Amino acid sequence: MTFAGSIGILAVIALILLIGIPLGGYLYRVFSGQKGKFDGMFRPIEGFLYRVVGVDPSVQMDWKAYLRALMLVNFMMMILAYLLFRLQHVLPLNPDGIKAMPWDLAFNTAASFITNTNWQNYAGEQSLSYLSQMTAITYLQFTSGATGFVAAIAFLRSVTVNRSESIGNFWVDFIKIHTRVLIPLAVVFALVLVGLGVPETLLGAQTVHTLQGGTQIISRGPVASLEAIKQLGTNGGGYFNANSAHPFEDPSAWTTVLEMIAMGIISCGLVWTFGKFIGNRKQAVVLYVFLTAVLVIGAFVIYASETAGNPILQHTLGIHGPNMEGKEVRFGPAMSSAFAAITTAFTTGAVNSMHDSFMPMGGFIPLLFMMFNLVFGGKGVGLLNILMFLMITVFLSGLMVGRTPEIFGKKIEAREIKLATIAMLVHPFIILVPTAIALVTKAGTSSILNPGLHGLSEVLYAYTSGAANNGSAFAGLNGNTVFYNISLGLVMLLGRYVSLIAMFAIAGSLSKKAIIPPSAGTLRTDTFAFGGVFVAVFVIVGALTFFPALAIGPIGEQLQMWAGIVH
Amino acid sequence: MARNTKSVSRDIMKRAIWDSFVKMNPVILARNPVMFVVEIGFVITLLLTFAPNLFGGHYPSTQRIYNLIVTIILLLTVLFGNFAEAVAEGRGKAQAESLRKTKTDLVANRRMDNGGYEEVPASTLHKGDIVRVEALEMIPADGEVLEGLGSVDESAITGESAPVIRGAGGDFSSVTGGTKLLSDELIIRITVDPGESFLDKMISLVEGASRQKTPNELALSVLLAGLTLIFLIVVVTLEPLAHYVHHTIDIATLIALLVCLIPTTIGALLSAIGIAGMDRVIRFNVIAKSGKAVEAAGDVNTLILDKTGTITIGNRLASEFLPAGDHTEKDLIESAVISSLFDETPEGRSVVDLGKEKGVSFARERYTDAQNVEFSADTRMSGLDLGDGTVVRKGAVDAIKKHVSELGGTIPKDLDEKTEYVAKAGGTPLAVIKDREILGVIYLKDIVKPGMRERFEELRKMGIKTVMCTGDNPLTAATIAKEAGVDDYIAEAKPEDKMRLIRTEQDQGKLVAMSGDGTNDAPALAQADVGLAMNTGTTAAKEAGNMIDLDSDPTKLIEVVSIGKQLLITRGAITTFSIANDVAKYFAIIPAIFMVTIPALKVLNVMHLTSPHSAILSALIFNAIIIPLLIPLAMRGVKYRPMSATNMLVRNLLIYGMGGVIAPFVGIKIIDLLLTIFGVANI
Repeated sequence: MTFAGSIGILAVIALILLIGIPLGGYLYRVFSGQKGKFDGMFRPIEGFLYRVVGVDPSVQMDWKAYLRALMLVNFMMMILAYLLFRLQHVLPLNPDGIKAMPWDLAFNTAASFITNTNWQNYAGEQSLSYLSQMTAITYLQFTSGATGFVAAIAFLRSVTVNRSESIGNFWVDFIKIHTRVLIPLAVVFALVLVGLGVPETLLGAQTVHTLQGGTQIISRGPVASLEAIKQLGTNGGGYFNANSAHPFEDPSAWTTVLEMIAMGIISCGLVWTFGKFIGNRKQAVVLYVFLTAVLVIGAFVIYASETAGNPILQHTLGIHGPNMEGKEVRFGPAMSSAFAAITTAFTTGAVNSMHDSFMPMGGFIPLLFMMFNLVFGGKGVGLLNILMFLMITVFLSGLMVGRTPEIFGKKIEAREIKLATIAMLVHPFIILVPTAIALVTKAGTSSILNPGLHGLSEVLYAYTSGAANNGSAFAGLNGNTVFYNISLGLVMLLGRYVSLIAMFAIAGSLSKKAIIPPSAGTLRTDTFAFGGVFVAVFVIVGALTFFPALAIGPIGEQLQMWAGIVH
Repeated sequence: MARNTKSVSRDIMKRAIWDSFVKMNPVILARNPVMFVVEIGFVITLLLTFAPNLFGGHYPSTQRIYNLIVTIILLLTVLFGNFAEAVAEGRGKAQAESLRKTKTDLVANRRMDNGGYEEVPASTLHKGDIVRVEALEMIPADGEVLEGLGSVDESAITGESAPVIRGAGGDFSSVTGGTKLLSDELIIRITVDPGESFLDKMISLVEGASRQKTPNELALSVLLAGLTLIFLIVVVTLEPLAHYVHHTIDIATLIALLVCLIPTTIGALLSAIGIAGMDRVIRFNVIAKSGKAVEAAGDVNTLILDKTGTITIGNRLASEFLPAGDHTEKDLIESAVISSLFDETPEGRSVVDLGKEKGVSFARERYTDAQNVEFSADTRMSGLDLGDGTVVRKGAVDAIKKHVSELGGTIPKDLDEKTEYVAKAGGTPLAVIKDREILGVIYLKDIVKPGMRERFEELRKMGIKTVMCTGDNPLTAATIAKEAGVDDYIAEAKPEDKMRLIRTEQDQGKLVAMSGDGTNDAPALAQADVGLAMNTGTTAAKEAGNMIDLDSDPTKLIEVVSIGKQLLITRGAITTFSIANDVAKYFAIIPAIFMVTIPALKVLNVMHLTSPHSAILSALIFNAIIIPLLIPLAMRGVKYRPMSATNMLVRNLLIYGMGGVIAPFVGIKIIDLLLTIFGVANI
């Protein structure tokens, strides 16, 4: 570890907070219906869109109506994406003559992008036409992020209304997040990326003659526009197979820093939005302190583990120095470690280095962050997971202070706990069960590159990434088989929608409850003591659930490495 | 009632042990998913004890012994859980039996249509029947007194041996079946049908027969079931994962891991905590009609208390003599004392006492020729007509003023000033006259019960607002409110005002508790989230409230709030303890399971347990014996002290959270040492 590297990691995280917090304030103003400076500019555009779609923006929806609209839009978009992938060979904008995607891969890809996972079992430059990249891929990177975001906004409204059923209007929220947040940010960021050397073109791949006299086909395309929303929408689905390790996606240390910031700001800002919604800034501050601490610790564990290098190489071959396998020299261990921590904390899934090649402890943190799925987390859904664990924490600690637990003045009773338990249960279920099935079936094990504990980690990582809707790959695992396409596709869909629906149902039941004014007997959730309990609960529940799997995966592997055992 | 069964007797123990086995019945146990999983595990390991290779594998014969030990520990785990519940129920069952004895053999003299009486068993009495009860007879069923007045021994129900007066009309007309009439004769109209009497309700209540899970208990059960399911997934998927790294885990060990991880401690003790909590309420001589009411008490935000009898001692006492006009204090005192000489009300006695303190006293014997005039609502005065024709009166100031004006007397100029002074200070002024002369004013003071101020201070710390309800004028009310330290008050309160207050508070999402005894309190008692009716109160009040205080002490609301909180805290604390325990169990079991295949994992064996088998068994034994060790805590409840919620959270987390992490490390290590000493570590 170097001083400069450490400062670099801290600076990136600090910048995310610095930009995220004011952005969170802006998001609050937009979604709480306050007047803003840019209303004059956005109003006519939105008004036009409402008329085109046939939406009355003044209509208030209850949770069921909101959820129905959300699910309908998602379902339609997924079908559309699937059809596009299957028919891309006959559709325009296909200069490189790319063929139709097989059905299982098309399903996996459609499921992957509709759920904001962006797990890629395909290599973008070889499997997708420009039309597919621009419509299905880039378009879904906007809408899937938007879906998670509006779900969180709807939930926040449910805790702020007093005995009411209305949690906003899906169509209004869904259009506003695009017009007022995602599109402006993405346009600006794409232009910045173009300025820093990322290509944006509709011309086909270029064939070049190398100095050695050979020929090489260099893929290109509308990369910058995709790259911008890939990060901003915590998507992570790269244009190229190598994702942000590819020089066209992420040409320099500067772009990698910008990409990390882009990944973080909206999820990070949403915590502030949350504080504003419930009228309690300190609540947001407490969450910032603890979540940032977890993020920083994680980033430094990776950094320490990667710079310490491989103990076996050191003992047997005398090779010292950091582990550079799978890392880009232009980023180095510090920015690779920060990127790995941030991409899994914010469940983006973009990678600028290969996590499979990390030291076991270095690979352990990304895995753990995805298992937690709430260290800020993905757009909107991260906050929903935070709220879900806050409810569990409030329940346990509320009992311990002798009152029916309340969260933000709303009583938490059997119905909410039941739904929160379902939301909590689904995550380990869709990680461990498919991992177990994959490890005992030929269809599952034949895709594994490395034997032993590392192979186990590869499969575990894949399903964890799918379940957390992260999308980063450990690599080493050939995911493009019917078995993995289908199983991962299902895991991604379940990981997204089961907890989303459960959280909507909670929102519905919370919105109807009266807000109880706080008293001295009320357990305050905006104290550092409570924040500590919150972290303890999600770490212990997370650790208890995944400890056995981790013990024979990365933990066991690292211990073996230290003990000098080679498999 | 419950005072004779405070401790857990040998009989209860014996019965509890027997019940622990009866509760093994899977149909009963299925209601508790956590323990049901343990029982299923027990059955599987039992089968594996006889046939170790039942589910495949080639295990050596020593495996049988290991399987057998696991089986026995699992059996004990289930039994310990059942025992906890049985002990908690036992106390109630014993009480129910003694109550039942009261109930049997009751006979009644029922009035027939022709006006005569016939002797019938009490169990045949129906609503509307009229019965006659004579002195030293038992009252056959709950009812209302139509005629007569008598003293009743209610100790069978309340445990209070001092008899109470019951009579026709008013707020003291309700009688309870199973109590004994000590004097006179009562004609009673029965108000309940067989099986619905207070005694019946009490029996089913203490027995726990009608026990339903309370809302918080339900929510916790859901969470525990969820955690059990999560760990089931963890353990079931562990085998395939281990298989991939060329390791097989035997089924008994997997079951041991599962049982260690699922929250058995709280699962085993949950219902015992609930039963014991209700039992604590009962032992406090409060009958809660449902557990929900007790839980709601812990959540109360606002407490409405009547002033008279609750906050103040009920009687106003003379505290000062204020002469008016040119009369001396001595004149005033003399007349005041004479006017009160034969006045037996506490107010009257206090005037005499205060006079004595000031050096003025008269013997009653000197006034045998005097005529005592009692207080009446009409004149609002009382006093003496002396033998020499002198008339001495004391009474409400406006009544006296009117009286004097009518007689043509003059009203001293400073009378209003003195009256106002008393009223402002929160007292009640009584004017004293001798013939047509107004001598001055007696200052009657409301006395706040000792210790009330501190209790309200405690309530404030719990975050509970107290509101005092009084018929007094606002001035008086404000003074008493300030003196007692309540947060708010309603003066000149009518029953509708109480109702309105409850509604406004509830509209703000607050929970309201109140106590009451009169029939006009009934609607408010029903509306309040916690309505504590006094046993001395009317049937309507008792039916409207969701709790009945047998001692008829309205301040008990405060204790009920504490018990409600304690109930939740105990559940929360043991749940936290239970989950925190898992950390140590993992460190015992995971390295033990994989030590053979992945020797590097021995680093995780931080407790340095002797062998894989001893590690697993130690964890499992710890998991089992922690249940009986925590039974006393579950029964007694975690101590509750009023303090801010955050402080309490930190405190309880340090004890039960940190304790829950550390205790099993120590416990498992000790058990492992013992197993090693006894040579069973390497089976």
